[in-house]
Amino acid sequence: MEIFLQQIINGLVQGSVYALVALGYTMVYGILGLINFAHGEVVMIGAMLALSSLTALLGWGVTPLLALPLSISLAMLGCMVLGYSIERIAYRPLRHAPRLAPLITAIGVSIVLQNLAMMIWGRSYHSFPQLIANNPHNIGGAIINNIQIIIFVLALAFMAGLMVVVNRTRLGRAMRAVAENQHAAQLMGVDINRVISITFMIGSALAAIAGVMVSANYGLAHYYMGFILGLKAFTAAVLGGIGNLRGAMLGGLLLGLIESLGAGYIGDLTGGFFGSNYQDVFAFFVLIAVLVLRPSGLLGERLAERA
Amino acid sequence: MKPDRKFVMLIAALVIALFFLPFVTDALLGRGWVRILDFAMLYIMLALGLNIVVGYAGLLDLGYIAFFAVGAYCYALTDSPHLAQAFPMLFPVGVHLPFWIVLPMAALVAGGFGVLLGAPTLRLRGDYLAIVTLGFGEIIRIFLNNLNAPVNLTNGPQGISFIDPISVLCVSLNKTQTFFGIAFPSVHLYFYLFLAFTALVIFVSQRLEKSRIGRAWMAIREDEVAASAMGINTRNLKLLAFAMGAMFGGASGALFAGFQGFVSPESFSLMESIMVLCMVVLGGMGNIAGVILGGVLLALLPEVLRNIVVPLQQALFGRTLVDPESLRMLLFGSALIVMMLYRPAGLLPSRLRRREFGGDDAAAEESVYDATH
Repeated sequence: MEIFLQQIINGLVQGSVYALVALGYTMVYGILGLINFAHGEVVMIGAMLALSSLTALLGWGVTPLLALPLSISLAMLGCMVLGYSIERIAYRPLRHAPRLAPLITAIGVSIVLQNLAMMIWGRSYHSFPQLIANNPHNIGGAIINNIQIIIFVLALAFMAGLMVVVNRTRLGRAMRAVAENQHAAQLMGVDINRVISITFMIGSALAAIAGVMVSANYGLAHYYMGFILGLKAFTAAVLGGIGNLRGAMLGGLLLGLIESLGAGYIGDLTGGFFGSNYQDVFAFFVLIAVLVLRPSGLLGERLAERA
Repeated sequence: MKPDRKFVMLIAALVIALFFLPFVTDALLGRGWVRILDFAMLYIMLALGLNIVVGYAGLLDLGYIAFFAVGAYCYALTDSPHLAQAFPMLFPVGVHLPFWIVLPMAALVAGGFGVLLGAPTLRLRGDYLAIVTLGFGEIIRIFLNNLNAPVNLTNGPQGISFIDPISVLCVSLNKTQTFFGIAFPSVHLYFYLFLAFTALVIFVSQRLEKSRIGRAWMAIREDEVAASAMGINTRNLKLLAFAMGAMFGGASGALFAGFQGFVSPESFSLMESIMVLCMVVLGGMGNIAGVILGGVLLALLPEVLRNIVVPLQQALFGRTLVDPESLRMLLFGSALIVMMLYRPAGLLPSRLRRREFGGDDAAAEESVYDATH
């Protein structure tokens, strides 16, 4: 029972990170109908930027309490610029090109970012400085530490904030209008290019946060961390119904739970044949299963097949 | 079609030139470069296989190397001592099937995987296929890496070694053979074998392109709704393209395993998939000559980089700042972006593709004209 509770906690924490990244995929998909393959790499760049600025700030003697928010803001800012540039350079010129073209540039951007990161930060794992005392809390036999609590609460707060922006503000209305019908929105005086740019920037800022969370949780950052994370977050977005914000959140949390419960119990279920080293495989099977059984996702109202 | 004189002469000249190519390379650049030529041939085969999927049918496959891996492990498992070591009860001496049985088997198994993967995703939009194949490529690698315990099927990260060399007509390609008083080293023999297979793949691709199936694929690529309105069974044809590309990948994988004598999961990373995709995109999607050009260019690029960039950096900065491997990937990534933005049809574009990406009205009208006449 303790193991079960522990896996639930781990799953929810991991899932809230997936949800933040999945929001980036789903927002861009909702508006442009495009899978932003490079999104996972934005997460990685966010983590790396935060790590570098954090070490620099701590080196200058800034107190950790000030250094942490400062470096996170810096990472968010950097990723917003990055997201904006990706859209400007790689996607906007191809908005009316055949479908294959933006997909291929997205792959190109992803490769370029990954290798640039490798050149700047090297191939090795970087350890993320531990600034918050771990203070493990015991809940019914399961352990949750302060970092995990902060991750979960912060992720929920950002999601709630995004919902407010999308549903209550003028910008959010413009975003929904562009997602509904680009041409009609333009005729109504919405500056679509601006809305699309802002969407990319919001998604990238959330990705930066997620990157910091992942590396703080595991204490590690690596130039290759974005790829698998991006793949899983995309799965989460599809699971919840791509293009749907609530779906992305639900899908992220669910995928986190599936993964951690699966990894926790697969050894017992298969008699030790498969171990937890197959953890990365679950997301993929979830993706295939969703695509076969319910391609529109759990909350998706859009039909996936929109030729 | 009656083959005209000029065409026959051209082919004859090409055959003679290619016959002497390994000898000339060997004499001028050394034996290592003949090996590089062999790998270039394998890459061309792979790129032509992927061209069927991406170029003809317009389906983005980002895990193509997984099929290559499946083919390679098929050959590695059946023709190495590994099974005999891992399951001495089941296979006391291993399987050791002849190459000509394993090759089609590898192609079929890879094709089977292609169908398995394609069936759920091909009903959906192309983007899903891209991401599912991307995931599949990684999954295959994870399985190859981890299936060494508790049952040692793939020998994990160490890979499988001591794979039997390929032999053709009882002539082993693994050692220098002498025919008509000329000594043919092993790499030369493999070059001729790969050349023959490449020629076969080119021939099949060309026939496919002109066939009813090929035209249907291109119709699907151009406009899926219109194609299905014309009575084309889009799902089955897409599945066929996907399976066929996978089969070519599997067959080249088997050739690779026999040539290398060793396979490990490391050879089948995502970067390899990207590299093959780059060859197709750079050369010109859907155009055989373009894809061959792309394959040759990109297969030789790493060697060129290794031989130029590293000494250049040593001379300029006194040390190697950027290792050639990451520089190569950086170039590939930028090439994908720049090609799509400025020359989306590739270096040697196919006629139809150029029109499609050109997008101006005259070209569109011409395309309609072509379709109706």
